Amino acid sequence: MTLTLFYITSAVAVFATVMMITRLNAVHGLLYLILSLLAVGVLFFLLGAHFAAVLEVIIYAGAIMVLFVFVIMMLNQGQKTIEQERVWLQPGIWIGPSLLALILFVEMLFIVVFGGSAETGRVVNAKQVGIALYGPYLLAVELASMLLLAGLVGAYHLGKPILKTTKTGERS
Amino acid sequence: MNGIPMEHGLLLSAALFVLGLIGVLVRRNLIMILMSLEVMLNATGLAFIVAGSRWGEADGQIMFLLILTLAAAEVGVGLGLVLQIFRRFHTLDADSLNGMKG
Repeated sequence: MTLTLFYITSAVAVFATVMMITRLNAVHGLLYLILSLLAVGVLFFLLGAHFAAVLEVIIYAGAIMVLFVFVIMMLNQGQKTIEQERVWLQPGIWIGPSLLALILFVEMLFIVVFGGSAETGRVVNAKQVGIALYGPYLLAVELASMLLLAGLVGAYHLGKPILKTTKTGERS
Repeated sequence: MNGIPMEHGLLLSAALFVLGLIGVLVRRNLIMILMSLEVMLNATGLAFIVAGSRWGEADGQIMFLLILTLAAAEVGVGLGLVLQIFRRFHTLDADSLNGMKG
């Protein structure tokens, strides 16, 4: 039973990724990318990595995708934006992602309702992860925090309105 | 070990990675390139989770956490660069940015 769910979810993930890299419009690609990430989250759950599944949904499909949406919307300022959004959000666009999301939702319901029969893989729970994370991997956590700090400073610096430029747009 | 064979999980991970790689190589829109990079990072994370599930160890999830951190930092810096490029050149086409100064 787990195997069937695994194959269905794998198909959803691969299909959503293929659709993502073939979309001409960045927003449509983003919709399918979110679907791909959610499908991988379900895969994590099926593999018994519940903590990683939660993080996948919250951080990947939540925070990072919001960043993408934010930048795409920032790059489309001006009068034509409203027309553009009207074209982007046509009802037909939503059908594909909605169907894929529905498949994932049905799988989730199935796992929740038939929790006993749809047994997931070998479960490594959050407690074990936490103990290992702050035990032998303490240095890695510190390095990750340094990386995030560097990313924060870099994003702040690069996100300033304009760096040193002349009027022609070339570096002075 | 019940359920999912490790080979199939690794195969799926490789397929997603190759799809992301194709996206990086084929697409010329900078935002699409960044999104394909996300798919590649996600596929590597999936490989780690599959391995961690196979041996029932927490190390796989910890490597996934580190990859998540890397992806977050990479997206922050990458999207900042995209904003700067758009402000300077008014385009997101990667091929039009082939000129160097000096």
